[in-house]
Amino acid sequence: MELSLSSNDAAFRQEVRDFIRAELPADIKSKVERGQRLVKEDYVRWQKMLYEKGWIAPGWPLEHGGPGWTPLQRHLFEEELAAASAPRIVPFGLSMVAPVIMAFGDAAQKAYYLPRILSSEDWWCQGYSEPGSGADLASLATKAVPDGKDYIVTGQKTWTTLAQYADMIFCLVRTSTEGKPQEGISFLLIDIHLPGIEVRPIRTMDGGAEINDVFFDNVRVPQANRIGEENKGWTYAKFLLGYERTGIAAIGRSKQELRQLKAIARAESAGDHSLAEDGAFVAKLADLEIDILALESLVLRIVADETAGRTPGPEASILKIRGTEIQQRLSELALEAIGYYANPYIAEAREAGWNEASIGPEYAANIAPHYFNWRKASIYGGTNEIQKNIIAKMVLGL
Amino acid sequence: MDFSLNDEQKLFQESVENFVAKEFDLNKRRALFESEEGFSREHWARFAELGWLGLAIAEENGGLGGSALDLVVLMEGLGRELAPSPYLASVVLGGGLVERAGSNEQKAAILPALAAGEMLLAFAYAEPSSRYDLTRVGIRAEEKNDGWALSGQKSVVFYAQSADKLIVSAVAAEGISLFLLDRGAAGLNLRSYPTIDGLRAAEVMLNGVSAQPLGALGEALPVIESAIDRATIAVSAEALGIMQTLIEMTRAYVAERKQFGTVIGKFQVLQHALVDMYMAHELSKSLTYRAAAALAGADPGAGARAASAAKVQIGKAGKLIGQQAVQLHGGMGMTDEFAIGHYFKRLAMIETLFGDTDHHRRRFASLVSE
Repeated sequence: MELSLSSNDAAFRQEVRDFIRAELPADIKSKVERGQRLVKEDYVRWQKMLYEKGWIAPGWPLEHGGPGWTPLQRHLFEEELAAASAPRIVPFGLSMVAPVIMAFGDAAQKAYYLPRILSSEDWWCQGYSEPGSGADLASLATKAVPDGKDYIVTGQKTWTTLAQYADMIFCLVRTSTEGKPQEGISFLLIDIHLPGIEVRPIRTMDGGAEINDVFFDNVRVPQANRIGEENKGWTYAKFLLGYERTGIAAIGRSKQELRQLKAIARAESAGDHSLAEDGAFVAKLADLEIDILALESLVLRIVADETAGRTPGPEASILKIRGTEIQQRLSELALEAIGYYANPYIAEAREAGWNEASIGPEYAANIAPHYFNWRKASIYGGTNEIQKNIIAKMVLGL
Repeated sequence: MDFSLNDEQKLFQESVENFVAKEFDLNKRRALFESEEGFSREHWARFAELGWLGLAIAEENGGLGGSALDLVVLMEGLGRELAPSPYLASVVLGGGLVERAGSNEQKAAILPALAAGEMLLAFAYAEPSSRYDLTRVGIRAEEKNDGWALSGQKSVVFYAQSADKLIVSAVAAEGISLFLLDRGAAGLNLRSYPTIDGLRAAEVMLNGVSAQPLGALGEALPVIESAIDRATIAVSAEALGIMQTLIEMTRAYVAERKQFGTVIGKFQVLQHALVDMYMAHELSKSLTYRAAAALAGADPGAGARAASAAKVQIGKAGKLIGQQAVQLHGGMGMTDEFAIGHYFKRLAMIETLFGDTDHHRRRFASLVSE
């Protein structure tokens, strides 16, 4: 079920494909293909190349430096990036805080922050979750107390992805304890290098350290760094949830992983034939591929809706739930496919530049860590159970 | 690449849904079930007037030349109210085969009459030991002085009793072939019965029944596969309509039924069950519409793969939604009085049509892509 594209869109796709093929640095591509760890310099180098090309912010309006693509073109762009093993575009600045700044920031905030986000000069991270506030985010307790023209911020954020690379953190903080918990929250942009902020890595079960605790001890933040009105932060955070939802299905990446999984199945033997000919495994692969086709079809339906000017509603929660279920099943089948060679774990093999002979097939080295790491997908960004609550309430009216 | 409905199709969808909502409900369905043919000839005449019978037939053959997507819209609408009719058997399968395989003479004799509602067809392909394999054909076609004679048994032929003509797959010396015969022909015996989901079917016994070839001898298999792929998409669309109705009924029920002093729809465990049903339906709908678009494309391999993908998705979603709809209705879901069980039974029988989930999963995997 290949898409039949208009000649315009087909030419667009070819242009994107040619550009990535010519420009994506080989060392970065190789890391992505092998599932090795990317460091800040890798992301930033590639993002700056996309920036120079004018393609770094597909979802941004023209006036702020977006390329003016249609929703379908944005979808094709993401798909091509994934198919070519390009690193993901780090979303925290470009597709999370930037839309909030555009919609609710003042002129000075827009003029200062947006160009720096676009050029990858600032690395952003997201300060939402706290030790006591996960699914129930509105109960958050990190407080910001006015002091002259500043706030004094004290508290702790957690699960902060790639905070170790960050220059800025956008935070939900408590500015009032009156009324409903949602009504006492403000949205602050904080320089993470300010005195009183400490970032501590959290080691995860896959051996990685992508996520962090971020501690705030009487940190002085200018009130000019508040987005919009005091105590309206919840509204701004919710706005973000409705933005750029089709991307969270990560359909391009899943299609690429399926291609890799099929190649692994062909290379692995199962008795006197390959795993790709093993009835039970073939059935699981076929189910997964059909699920990917179905999700992709839903994404395309929503893309068509967006093209027609309709904003996707809360049904986009399906994309998060189903997209992450599929990603997790891909990681699970890959783990299954490599059999015994899921066991060896050499931490250094996850880093670029490791050039000893692999233990077992080269593709096996990072599959088990990825499986363990990717359990996060159904937890982050609002657990899949929370997403179901949203659909039950907003779509089914229960 | 856009497989959403255009304005014309949206209007058509509305008119189908309005007609079906007015003409069919559970009581009328019960009455039809008790009737001799299991459907109403008056409805059939109305279907003809509305252009539905000619929808999937090309214009040069006296039809409207609608696309697979138009057919999906119609079938989905029929599914919403579980409207019983020989549409799938007569128009989609029968008409589809005549259109693909028939000579100009045969097309001229059959298709305009089919579109006008003056003729009904049935397609006999399954046999007691064929299961879902279209290549396992046991019926023999013997050449005799003035034509052909067929002998053997066909299984579960839908609406055979009401059909004017039967299309039968049989093996001739050249290989698998299609034949056309009159339902009243000598040597043809029908054992008719109702189905558990309220339709009609028959075991068809042939003993030297004279028949004429439909299409070239020995070349029927790709024709049958293509017609069945289209019927698979059509029945998947019917299932979409059924699922949507089941979800709406279940949603309404849990929003109204009170236990423990509150409506049971407030319980998260039931909410999540309903959300799972909702998601399964949305995904099924997206994939079926896309498969219909693929079927209309030039590549028959892609169409076959798309049809199988849709049937797998529909099979799994249908089981989930049907079973959960009964479960969430509690005891009421078990009763014949409530509509839920009727919809559930139809969904479960759709799973058996044209190959079940396992069959289509294997077929999908064997039709290699990248």
